[in-house]
Amino acid sequence: MSFISNLINGLSLGSMYALIALGYTMVYGIAKMLNFAHGDVIMVGAFTMFTAAATLKFSPAISIIAGIIVCTLLGVIIEKIAYKPLRKASPLTVLITAIGVSYFLQSLALLIFGSNQKSFPMLFNFEPIRVNEDLILKSDSLMTMGVTILIMVALTLFINKTKTGRAMLAVSEDKGAAELMGVNVNKTISITFAIGSSLAAVAGLFFGLTYGFIGPYTGAMPGIKAFVAAVLGGIGNIPGAMLGGILLGVIENLSKAYISTELSDAIVFAVLIIVLLVKPTGLMGKKINEKV
Amino acid sequence: MKKNNLNIHNLITYGIVVAAFLFVSILVWTGNASRHLQAMLVPIGLNIILAVSLNLIVGFLGELTLGHAGFMSVGAYAGCLFAIKYAEILPTAVRFPLAMIIGGLVACVFGIIIGVPVLRLKGDYLAIVTLAFGEIIRSIIINLEFTGGASGLKGTPQNSNFYIVFVVIMITLVVITNLVNSRAGRAICSIRDNRIAAESLGINITYYKLLAFVIAAFFAGVAGVIYGHNLSILQASVFDYNRSIEILVIVVLGGMGSIRGSVIAAVIITALPEMLRSLADYRMLIYAVVLIAMMLLNGSQKFDKYKGRMNIGGLFTLLKNKKSAKEAG
Amino acid sequence: MKKITGILSLVMVLTIIATGFSACGGNGDADKNTLVIGGIGPLTGDYSTYGVSVKQGAQIAVDEINAAGGVNAIKFELKFEDDETDATKAVNAYNTLMDDGMKVSLGAVTSGACIAVTEEAKKDGILLLTPSGSQKECTQYDNCFRICFTDPQQGTVSADYIADNLTAKKIAIIYDKSNDYSVGITDKFVAEAAVKGLEIVAKQAFTSGTSTDFSAQLQQVKDTGAELVFLPIYAKEAAFILKQAKTAGIAVPFFGCDGLDGILEKLGTDNQALANGVMLLTPFAADADDTKTKNFVKVYGEKYNGQVPDQFAADGYDAIYTIKAAIEKAGINDINAADFNTKIIDAMTQVTVEGLTGTMVWDESGDASKDAKAVKITDGTYVAI
Repeated sequence: MSFISNLINGLSLGSMYALIALGYTMVYGIAKMLNFAHGDVIMVGAFTMFTAAATLKFSPAISIIAGIIVCTLLGVIIEKIAYKPLRKASPLTVLITAIGVSYFLQSLALLIFGSNQKSFPMLFNFEPIRVNEDLILKSDSLMTMGVTILIMVALTLFINKTKTGRAMLAVSEDKGAAELMGVNVNKTISITFAIGSSLAAVAGLFFGLTYGFIGPYTGAMPGIKAFVAAVLGGIGNIPGAMLGGILLGVIENLSKAYISTELSDAIVFAVLIIVLLVKPTGLMGKKINEKV
Repeated sequence: MKKNNLNIHNLITYGIVVAAFLFVSILVWTGNASRHLQAMLVPIGLNIILAVSLNLIVGFLGELTLGHAGFMSVGAYAGCLFAIKYAEILPTAVRFPLAMIIGGLVACVFGIIIGVPVLRLKGDYLAIVTLAFGEIIRSIIINLEFTGGASGLKGTPQNSNFYIVFVVIMITLVVITNLVNSRAGRAICSIRDNRIAAESLGINITYYKLLAFVIAAFFAGVAGVIYGHNLSILQASVFDYNRSIEILVIVVLGGMGSIRGSVIAAVIITALPEMLRSLADYRMLIYAVVLIAMMLLNGSQKFDKYKGRMNIGGLFTLLKNKKSAKEAG
Repeated sequence: MKKITGILSLVMVLTIIATGFSACGGNGDADKNTLVIGGIGPLTGDYSTYGVSVKQGAQIAVDEINAAGGVNAIKFELKFEDDETDATKAVNAYNTLMDDGMKVSLGAVTSGACIAVTEEAKKDGILLLTPSGSQKECTQYDNCFRICFTDPQQGTVSADYIADNLTAKKIAIIYDKSNDYSVGITDKFVAEAAVKGLEIVAKQAFTSGTSTDFSAQLQQVKDTGAELVFLPIYAKEAAFILKQAKTAGIAVPFFGCDGLDGILEKLGTDNQALANGVMLLTPFAADADDTKTKNFVKVYGEKYNGQVPDQFAADGYDAIYTIKAAIEKAGINDINAADFNTKIIDAMTQVTVEGLTGTMVWDESGDASKDAKAVKITDGTYVAI
């Protein structure tokens, strides 16, 4: 029985990683940049909802919408100010700028909200489902899982079936060619960031609901874990991010339960390394043929 | 002629470092240097060594790694454990250099162990794998007994000082600049510029990749030993991926493939947060803003037209052009 | 080959040099007979809440002393620098403070940084009094003292208390393997538990900073049938654990050390019920009934936006009053006297301080001897047991 509990706990943790990795991998896939600030946008989303619900006493629905709007705007603004001028610069320059943005958001949150962690308001309150004494399903985790699957399907459909989505694919393949075909590259990338950041707000909501506490550095760890999950699944691949996130969560939890809590981080990273050595572009990544 | 230019270029870099060293030494001797400035000298020097060595991988080989702090940590622990064991037996003049060599060599061994399997990965995949290795190393050090675990390793003699760091910086600069200008260095650069073309010319890609990786690891390990000898406590928590990212920031800010840039950027990135101490609560915020602004100024095309006049490289070109114009006239 | 933008770098290098010069006249305040006390701790980063608490607590003590006219005509001034929990930056901060005329150092808030600072303070021979550096080496030199308990003390005392006063015999531990405080207590606790006949059924670790999910650890606690969970960790992570323990249906009591103090504040008003039944050994409780604590909690809340002080704030407050007591004891009335350092350090082993965290006296080792109170949280208040 405890194995099933451990597995379920792993799946809940994994769906949290997957949810974050979806937004991460989407921005990476289209804009071809590692958005290190993604985790911190999650933190901003969570804090916006916290402020709206706990301080300003808005209703849960309005608070959530406010969080999503703020994150979407933030994503677009960050892209305009910090990343757009660097479109032609080397990817590493953009990476460092993203790190700068991440520091900026963290220190801003530290200044505004202080260093103490805040208790996230229970915007919905569901009791855990008790199957029996040993097996308890957490309703917030079930919701996270459901929402993650929903978002994954919606994103895949959006990218493959809509005009904007196909424009995104075109931009990710070849910016220059896409421009020649009449795709507005800047607008497309802006939309990508808007969607990615609104997903971050949703992730912030579920992070807050599941774990209950948020602070200025809340986003840093999920950011790195989502990076790992996205790479594990094949960076830029949306179902891959889902798979990577879930696997990461399950491996982490099972190694904590059955091998060692001391070395669980090391085990997770070792699995990542082994997977990448066997499949160098991740589990579901495309093999890139090199042309001369 | 080309060779000559390169030599002058390198000599200027050495000159800048020596001049800065002399200037600071005079400040210290005449008692004009604040305690704060003196305390910053070793950390600045360490970042110079780390950045110049990482530049070999990121700038010249063209591969992104986020595990440089991992090499620094194995070097630090190896060198410091040796130094603690022989603290009473060997005199400092023998023990400290020996510790540095041991730390460097152990980091080399780890460079080979890690480099052989992972160097076939590219780009972001290589970045995440090196990050993963760095974190694994840190996690293991925390769980071992003889490294002091989370409490840290205590009792390393505090032998580091500004003068030793200066000597090591000069050695690093000479080795790396000469390597870059050698046959091996040109092979490394050719891998960056076009791997397939390089391979078809008969360049052994794996060998040269590994060479760059291992040499960079060696200097990171040496820097780790100096770090360990600078403080009375060595804790693995400082060698997390944030430390690797800090070194990467220096390399990118200084310009990939520019050793002189790395040196100057190391000074700026290390000293900037310290200089901003008077801002108290706003320190890290302003640091982030300055970092973003510098990256934008450096990378954005909008500012390109100002650059010719404003950057150091441009300044030297300007002077050189004037000189040659004079000679021609 | 892009190069660093020259003007910018030149300006910066010049500024660095300028800072190098400017600080030479750092003793400008010397004639005013103001004692500069320097504090170092994390004000940014994962551990910033501890540094901020110490700073705020110490600041209140300084304000109180100055409002009362100082001590022996000496005014206090607190300067606090950020170290981001990094030993190198702590040493930089220490030297900045020396440039600013620091005469007494509060060491550093975290142990690792504090140990690096003791080395510098030893060279300067100034008094170092750390509010919260709990590793043994934080007081390794004769000029170094501390306010808080040492880690080994807490581990032993906790195991003794559980064995002597509680019925639980099967103990699970959840500890932070990346934190020296937590590892230090755990090691001693395990050793003492063996002596006292307690059975450690599960020893589960996590890494602070990267851990928010404790479901695997709690599942183990559940599976092993532990009767009590020992949490030698800080309140920040404990809040996560308590919340998830409830969801996982774990109803055994939790037992913590002084790091757990402030748990009610960390849980927030919505979740106070989660802390019901949590026991901790702490020298300070914000809900204590004595006037001193009540007054401190009131002033702290007024000054800092309704915050409730935790053990770190109390330690910072007590550190300042200990310095005051040492100055009184030594009869110092001129901080620029040549024998200031030796006098104040000598006085440290002679003073008795009635602080927020108990009555403290110091011996040659630099450790404060004081009693820990065992308290149990019931309905959002601390109740002595």
